[in-house]
Order: sequence, then structure tokens, then C-alpha cells
Amino acid sequence: MSTRYFGAPVQRNEDHRLLTGQALFVDDIELPGMLHVAFLRSQVAHARIKGIDVSGALKCEGVVAAYIADDLGAYWQPGPLLVPPPPIAGITFNLRTQVPLAKDRIRHVGEPLAIVVAESRYLAEDALDEISVDLDILPVVVDIESALDPSSVHVHDDLGTNISAHVRQSKGDYRAAASRAHRILKRRFHYEHGISSPIETRGVVAQWDARANQMTIWDTTQAPVFVRNGLAGMLGLGEHQVRVIAPFVGGGFGPKMMMFYPEEVALPWIAMQLNRPVKWIEDRLEHFFATSHERGQIHDAEIAVDHDGRILGIKDVFLHDTGAYDPYGLTVPINSQCTLLGPYLVPSYDSTFTAVFTNLPIVTPYRGAGRQHGVFVMERLLDLAAHELEIDPAEIRRRNLIPPNAFPYKNEIIYQDFQPLEYDSGNYEPVLDMALEAIGYAAFTGGEQAKLRAAGHCVGIGIACYVEGTGIGPYEGAKVQVLANGKVSVATGIGTQGQGHFTSFAQIAADQLGVDVRDVDVVTGDTERFYWGAGTFSSRGAVVAGNAVNEASKVVRQKALKLASDAFECSEDDLIVADGKVSIIGIPEKFVRLGELAQRANPMRGAVKPGTEPGLESTQYFGPPGGATANGVHAIIVEIDPETFDLKILKYVVVHDCGTVINPMILAGQIHGGVAQGIGNAFYEKLSFDDQGQLLNASLADYLLPTALEVPRMELAHTTTPSPLNPLGIKGAGEAGAIPVGPLFAQAIEDALQLKQKKVELLEIPLSPSRLFELSKGAVR
Amino acid sequence: MASDRHDIALSVNGTAYRRSIDSRMLLSDFLRHELLLAGTHVGCEHGVCGACTILLDGVAIRSCLMLAVQANGYELSTIEGLATKSGALNPIQQAMHERHGLQCGYCTPGILMTMTAFLKEHPSPSEDEVREALSGNICRCTGYQNIVDAMLAAAEALRAAAP
Amino acid sequence: MKPAPFKYVAASSLEHALLLKAEHGDEARFLAGGQSLIPTMNFRLARPSVLIDINGLTDLAGIDRSEAAEIRVGALTRYCDLERNYDFLKSCPLFGDALPHIAHPQIRNRGTIGGNLSHADPASELPALAVAMEARMRIKSSAGERESLASEFFQGLLTTDIGSDEMLVEIAYPTSKPRSGACFREVARRRGDFALAGVAAVVTLDQQQRCTAVRLALCGVGETPVDASEAAASLIGTDCSDEAIDAVAVEVQGAIEPCGNVHATADYQRHIAGVLAKRTLTTALQRASHGV
Repeated sequence: MSTRYFGAPVQRNEDHRLLTGQALFVDDIELPGMLHVAFLRSQVAHARIKGIDVSGALKCEGVVAAYIADDLGAYWQPGPLLVPPPPIAGITFNLRTQVPLAKDRIRHVGEPLAIVVAESRYLAEDALDEISVDLDILPVVVDIESALDPSSVHVHDDLGTNISAHVRQSKGDYRAAASRAHRILKRRFHYEHGISSPIETRGVVAQWDARANQMTIWDTTQAPVFVRNGLAGMLGLGEHQVRVIAPFVGGGFGPKMMMFYPEEVALPWIAMQLNRPVKWIEDRLEHFFATSHERGQIHDAEIAVDHDGRILGIKDVFLHDTGAYDPYGLTVPINSQCTLLGPYLVPSYDSTFTAVFTNLPIVTPYRGAGRQHGVFVMERLLDLAAHELEIDPAEIRRRNLIPPNAFPYKNEIIYQDFQPLEYDSGNYEPVLDMALEAIGYAAFTGGEQAKLRAAGHCVGIGIACYVEGTGIGPYEGAKVQVLANGKVSVATGIGTQGQGHFTSFAQIAADQLGVDVRDVDVVTGDTERFYWGAGTFSSRGAVVAGNAVNEASKVVRQKALKLASDAFECSEDDLIVADGKVSIIGIPEKFVRLGELAQRANPMRGAVKPGTEPGLESTQYFGPPGGATANGVHAIIVEIDPETFDLKILKYVVVHDCGTVINPMILAGQIHGGVAQGIGNAFYEKLSFDDQGQLLNASLADYLLPTALEVPRMELAHTTTPSPLNPLGIKGAGEAGAIPVGPLFAQAIEDALQLKQKKVELLEIPLSPSRLFELSKGAVR
Repeated sequence: MASDRHDIALSVNGTAYRRSIDSRMLLSDFLRHELLLAGTHVGCEHGVCGACTILLDGVAIRSCLMLAVQANGYELSTIEGLATKSGALNPIQQAMHERHGLQCGYCTPGILMTMTAFLKEHPSPSEDEVREALSGNICRCTGYQNIVDAMLAAAEALRAAAP
Repeated sequence: MKPAPFKYVAASSLEHALLLKAEHGDEARFLAGGQSLIPTMNFRLARPSVLIDINGLTDLAGIDRSEAAEIRVGALTRYCDLERNYDFLKSCPLFGDALPHIAHPQIRNRGTIGGNLSHADPASELPALAVAMEARMRIKSSAGERESLASEFFQGLLTTDIGSDEMLVEIAYPTSKPRSGACFREVARRRGDFALAGVAAVVTLDQQQRCTAVRLALCGVGETPVDASEAAASLIGTDCSDEAIDAVAVEVQGAIEPCGNVHATADYQRHIAGVLAKRTLTTALQRASHGV
């Protein structure tokens, strides 16, 4: 194919609608007779429900219906397991999933208790006040260590434990490695990730047409196909009777990939009950409880190194807070477990985790999906070893990098896609070198820092390396079709939440079919337009759906060539596809437009030959055998005010490798956005739950998202080590920016404040000026 | 507790509207669901995220913190009024497009309106001034860098076009 | 997050507004900028039955400099109008330091000084400024009018001495004495966020550059703004050496009882209160010496 668009910073097809306020988001949907739904949510974290009385609500103005769990009858059931635990020997997994409305038990603040349906959201909220709830308040468990005490209250009574899962994976022989070690460093690490907090919250509109027997659901989901399949089953409808549309979605980041949320399950049912369209839009306060979180892990980790700082082995035992239910299986902690290994040679690894139920909202993947936690532990262990052995932090990383001739590199343990963890390709040292060069590492550590310090500036430098397992299966599909007017239609099953699919997929098709990228119309996230697929998660959209688009486009191209070669009675080798036409090489006057070919492929007379199909279209699927491993290095220079401990980022560098790049402009945007969320995670965003499971900072005034004053200008560079696992050589990039920022901050702040010399270690994320002040109190002068 | 209804007359993007609305209807909801001008987005309803920012007599305000009834008699400007009549993007919109200043686009309406007012008053801003002006609009997708570049480019384009 | 129902009245005059307030008492709230009130109503934390919109009472906005000894600021004056009034900022330089810390421009385009002071958020900057500058609040009701000194006006968490039938209509700031310098600084997590601690300092010198008066007030470290001027009294009669200012900073730390919050421990607040006291006194002193 010509590469006129592939690899180019093509401006986005979707921008015009978004920039003029014409793009459809779920709350923009207005349907005749539409009603509005509000949920009564629990104000306490743990209770036995004695009774819920909605009669007061039913008397309120404009209220059409009110429901509690019993009203749902047989429709009420716990949600399905979304991701089974990987096939790891000796695993413990206790499945407990969320329910559409709490029935006997409340297990976290914000859990839905009742539903009100009214003429407006205003009136529905008024009616919530009139619902009376009779509870037996129960003691609350929010701390993951004390949750494992035999005397602890149980989130799930019938389990007799708060253990959601217990998983041990290992390779090599850590005990042997430790016995040979020159040094072993052991620490306890606390890592908390926060909430996704997209600017658009979740929402669902459901419309049931009883005469057509058709359910249409608009949903901010990242997984429209799975949601369609599951809801059809729950509602007793055939899959073809349910259409799920993910319109423009204002940011996903993972938690919109969680499926069968209570509200998602309830709205279609209500639509069928009332025979009127219904809408629920999550408000910002609800978002803090109703949409999934990522939260914390505690790692007791040790690293065994030789006298050169080479890793002999790592042992890690960690606890993972999974919240009140675990429908998403073990994706997050498995990612932590696997991604800890990073781009390094780790001959022996012994990793055990216990996922723990707590009376807090559920934890499911959010950009990074647990990788952050593992990367923090590894990067901090390396820094501790570096300090102990008096090796430069960049140098100790260099010594441990997997060499370029070692790929595909087998890490043996099982990854989230159920495959043994294998890095398909990588060339790590040049990425480190480029980052060190870009940040000016040698100059900074070699004299600049000393000069600045002498002038009273507390400046520090940090460097962090990571890998990211991306582009996992199972598969995605795409239908590419040339239309009679010569334009190209592309449809795929995944959804889009800002990643630029309308452009990147168009670029792929445009190159294969020789058309203008603006003449390719991409549809994503509509189950009526594409039936099969998994969803947008785990940095896989470009890799998996992109390759499917490519495969389908290639077939359409071949069909066009065949049709043209038949028409011109020449060989396909004599033809060129460009500028929306197929023409004979060297005789540009002899051409036929693609649109004309499409028409000819749907004849009014004559027959379609056996073994062929009408139309100039193809549907193809792509399922990678395993994930493609991207990698990168971040570097930072910070300045800390030694009195207030406030932080300013002076320089930020990202060098990364995600294989072949479809659109470098879109890629850069993904990195910028990921880093911004990483900065929020490292220094600003913290969920402050009290010991009763109450969230003390449930507003954007107190849950601090970084603004244009907190996120610096970033310098980006990339290398290209194509993936051998897909024809385009692409690796995913969506989460990369967010992954290593925590340890980067810790390292740079330690350096700026010279904390290691003061015997203060930063073993936790998030940090903040107040926290740095508190930790510095223990400083040894 | 009861509410009451009020008749209001206002203009949005040059078009006059008369409506009868409930006293507690937020201006953001009025624009989106009464006037069906859904380009203005709602992100938090407590004045922090900035997605709902519009211009009230040319001044940038949070439409989620104003009651529709308070907008009586005012000239409002929203994202739907920015493009030219032929649908061509104005210099700020065009710069955002060229510099990839939007990803999901949800915060974009608020940013466009905030910066429309800002660039009118500050035609030659520095990067720091642009970042300060943007600090009341939260974006979760872009990391701001491209938005800053777009606004600096837009400022230049507006200066070049100025009489 | 939609507000609970209420009746709305656009007051046609100050008298009208005050009559309505007298009639409904605590069930009614004045709607000025709405930047603090509407969020609390959207969260349904505030549920007034009656909203009295006073935005039409334009006589309540504006700056009156007819008196030499003081500057009178109408309660309905919006932050943005204070920010743009260079004469005002020159006369009340603490505002020049403080106003950029209040939220963001979109909020400052609507929020009013009267609304801010009546709301009395302990982390808010302007109450501390009022205390530092020894402002006088003019308060009206249908029954008449009275004055409240800033030192008495702020009574507790989100509580002022405005009665349920009263409205704050004007704030009088004494003009600064000659050879005075002022400085406000705060520490917040992000620009525009509520202060974890903030200090307003005013230093007045005599012709020999010796301190004759000092005012010090803090926000964010108590349920009301804290007048810490006593803690700085040791500077009076001295030339405010670095050591003397350091000692005051320690006194200030001892004079406050911060409670901590989700963003900061009490110890951190106490610590930065000292840091800011030192920084603001140092800058105020420089400004006083240079006649700035």
C-alpha cells in the first residue's frame, strides 16, 4: 500500500463536529416522552437493610415510578464475571459481583438502593428525599491489612473471609538467588491510584419499542458489543433485538469498560416496564461512588542484587484492595504482578498477592490498570539498590536491561490475557540513552545541579523505565465498504472516547484504497453497524481494530483490482489504486472510479459469480496471539520549595517505543494526557476515605485534578521497534504516559531534598507538600 | 417547598428566545434541554471543571452556577455561535484543530468560550498567561500542551487578521 | 445535582430585598454572585425556600472614594471589577496580591466581595484581608443600619454576625497610612484552591524606618480569620531585622490552632503559617521602605 497517510500527523476527521458543538454525547439525546431516572444511594458503607419504603416518593409531583430490588423480580441478579481468573495453578478466587439494587445488604457508600423515575431529573431528586430507609448499621472494613484479621467484619458474610483472591506466580528460584546475593534490600511500599474522573461522567438512555420489539440503548460504555450481548440475555431478548450505541464519549480511561453497572442493567428494564424512553446521567457526586476506582496496594518487596547491582531475584508479597465486589476478576493485580518485571532481566521472581474485599466502591482497571503499582515497586527497589551500592540510578537500570538479542523474551508467568508473559520485541538501551540525553542527565548530575543548589534551589532529577503489555486479544473486526459515491465506510465494534479512531482507522483504509482520508467515514461503537468485538481497553484499539481495518481494506483493494482487471482485460499487476480510482499504470486516462466499481459489483442483471459476493466490501477479523510489549523511559527535573515543599516541574521528557506509529500527532496527545493523569496520581489526586468508608473529598474542589498550571510542557521522542505479532507492527500506547510517573516523582523529590542522605525514603504514592513535610520530620541531619 | 415559573427573554448567539421556566432550572440545563443547544457541556455542576463556561454579555461565566431566570435580558454566546455562517471554523477553532487541542472534545466548549473572551482582552499572551487563563478549565485527555500551542497560534492568527 | 425547589424574586430595590428577607428570615437567601451559594444548593446542602436576587441592585456595587480616610466598597462589587480598578489596587495593595488566588476568572466575573465576606469560609482570603485592614462592615435591615468591625463580624465557621433579616451592603477599608507596605501570600494545592494557610501583613514605618504599626491576619488556620497582630507586636519600635521577623513567625505558629484537612496536616498548616508570616512581613517591610 502507499503510505501517504500512515505515519503522518493527519488532522482529525472528528474535530469539526466536536469544535462546533454538534457531536452527540449521551446527555444530548432527547426522545419524545423521555423520563429521567435518579438513584437513591447508600450514605453508609455497611449495613443490613431492614426495609426501603418508596411510597413517599410515589406521591411526589412528576414521579411516574419508583423501584426497589424486589420490584425487579427475576431480573434482579448479581452481575456476571467479566474476566475469569487466568489459568494459574493454586489460585484462590472468590467471585462476588454487584447487584442492580441492594437487597439485603449494603456494602459500600453509594451503592444504589432505590430508583425514582420522573418527568425531570430535578423532580426525581426531590422524590429521593421522600424515600425512607431502615438499616442496621454494621461495622466497616476499609483497611486491607486489618480486613485479613480473623476477627474482622466480613464484607461477604457467606464467605467467612475477606479474601477475594490469592495468587502466587514464580519463575526461577528466589531462595537460591537470595542466598547468593551481595545485598538484599527489603521495603514496604504503598501505592494508591485514583479515579479516572473523565470530564463526561457515565450515562445511559434506553428506549424500548414494544411494537418493533426493539431495544435501543445509548451508553457511555467502552464495550458496546459485550454490553449488548449481556443485556439481551438478561432482558430475555435476542441479540438482534438490542442495539447498543456508544456515541461520542467524553473520556473513558477504563472504568467505562466495566460492564453491567447497576444503572446500565436497570435502565433498559425500566424502559420495558414503562414503555417510555428513560435517561440516567451520572452527576459528578455520584461518579465518586458509582463508577469504579483504582485504589491501593501494599507491597512487601525485596530485591537481591550482586555487587554490580544486577538483579538476581525479586520477591514480592502484596495486598490489593478490590472493593466490595470483584466482577473484573484479577486484571489489575495480575498487571501489577507482571509489569513489575519491567524491561529488566529478572532471573528469579516470586510474587504473591491477596486481593481483599473492603466496604469501598469496586476496583477495576483505570489507565495503567495496576501496572503503576508494579512499576513503582521495581523502580524504587532499583533506586534503593543504587543508593546502597553507590551506583548511579540510570546506570543500575542500564545494567539490568534486557538486551536486544533476547527477544521474544519469555518472562514465563501468566499475564492478564492468559498467555505466558512474553515480550515480543524491544530495544531498550537506546530509549534510555535518548531520555538521558534529552533531560541533560550528564550535565545536570555533573555540575548544574550543584550550581543550582549553591544558589539555593532544591532541584532534583529522576528517571524511570517501564514496559507496557498492550494490544491483547481476543480479537476485533472491521467492515470496510466502498460506497457508490466513491467514499469509504469503515465500521468496527470498539468504541471511541477521544483516541482519534475516526482518523487513525481512516488513515489505514485510505492508504490501502488510495482515497483521501477525509473521504473515509468511520463508525465505532454501534452494534447495529458491527456485530462482533471486545472493546477499547488495555491499549489495544489501534493494534487490534487497526489491524482488522487493515485486513479488511486489503481484501477490498484486491476486489477492486480484480473488478478493474476484468473490466480493462489486463493483469492486476498493470493497475494502480490512487486518488479514488483504479487506473492502468502509465495510461492515466484509462481509469475507473472506485465508486463506479462498487456499483458494478452490485449488478442489476447477470449473476454474481460463485465464490464471490456483491459489493466492494469485506469484513475481516484480527486476533493477536499475545500482547505486544511497548516500553519507555520518563525523565524529570523538579524544584521543591524547601519551606513549603511545593513542587514545580522544570523539565519533563518521555521517550517511548510503541512500534509502528499510525498518527504521531494522536500518539503524542495520548502521551501528554497519560502523563497528566500520572502527575495527578503522583502528587495531587488522593481518595480520602475515613475509617467508616466515607469519602471526605467527593467533589472536584477537593479531589484535585491537574490543570494547565500543574502539567508542564513535555518533550517527546520515540523509537520504533515493530511488533512481530501483527502485520502493521503496531504496539499500543494509550496508557504509557500514566505508568511510571509515581516512581519518577519519588526519585526526583528524594534527590531535590537530598532525603536519602537524611535517611528519609519515599516509599508511597501519592505524595503532597504536607506529606513531604511530615516525612521530612524524621530526617536525620 | 414550592417553586415558581418565570418568563424570560434572552438572546443566544444572536437569536432571541422567550421561554417560561422553573425558577430553579440551571442555565446549563436551559441551554441544553430547553433550547436544545447541547454544545455547552456539563461536567460537575459545582463550578470547578469549566466545561459549561459560556459568555454572558461577552464575559466568561459558569452556566452551571447561574439560574436560567437570571439570564433574562442578556446576550449569551455559546460554542454553536463561533463558526462562520458558512460553517467555517473561526481562528480559535481552526487552531485547536490544527494543533490537536482536543481528544474526546467534552471539555472543549468551555475552553473555546473561556479563550474567546481571554484572547479578546489579551491579544498577545505569553505561554504562562495562556496557562493561567486555561487553569479554570479541566481537561482529562490532552495534558494541555496542544491546547496551549493552539491558543498561542490562535492569538497570532487573530492579530494578523485584526484591522 | 439539581437544587431543591424554591421561589425566586428579583429584588427591585434594596428596600424590597430587605423587606423580603425580614419576611422569610433564614428561609430566604440573597443571591448575589452565586459562586458559593449555587454549588451548595446543587449539592442540596443549602435549601432556601426563597432566593432574593439582588444582582439588579447596582447601587450596591462600586467603589466610593469620596472620604479621604477610607475606601468604601459596595458589597455587590464583583471580584473582576476590583481586579481591574488600578486606583483601588493601589490604595488597597493586599487585594492585588490576594485576588488572583480566588478561584478562576470565570468565578471572579460573577462572585462579589459581599457574598464572599457573608459566606465567611475560613479558608477564604478576603475575610483575612478585612481583619488585617481593620475594615468596617455596614449592615442594613428594614429596621435600620449598623456597623460591625471586622474583628467582631466573623464569628465562627461560615458564620457572621449578619442577622437573619440583614444584608451586608458596604465595606469600609481605612486608607493605608503613609510609609506602609502590605503583602498577602498563601499556600494552596493548585492556583485558585482554598488556602491551606494564608497571611496578610501590613507594616508601617516612621521616618527612621522603624516599625510603628503592624497588622497580621491569617486565613485557613481557624474557623474564622485569625488576627495575629499581637504576635507581631515585638516588631514595633524596631527596624524589623530578619531575626526579629523569624521570632514573630514562631510566635504566629504558637498563636494558631489549625485543625488539618484532607490536604494538609495541622502541623503542616502551622509550619507554613510561620513560613508565610516571615515571607509576607519581609515583603511588606520592603514595600514600606520603598514607598511601594
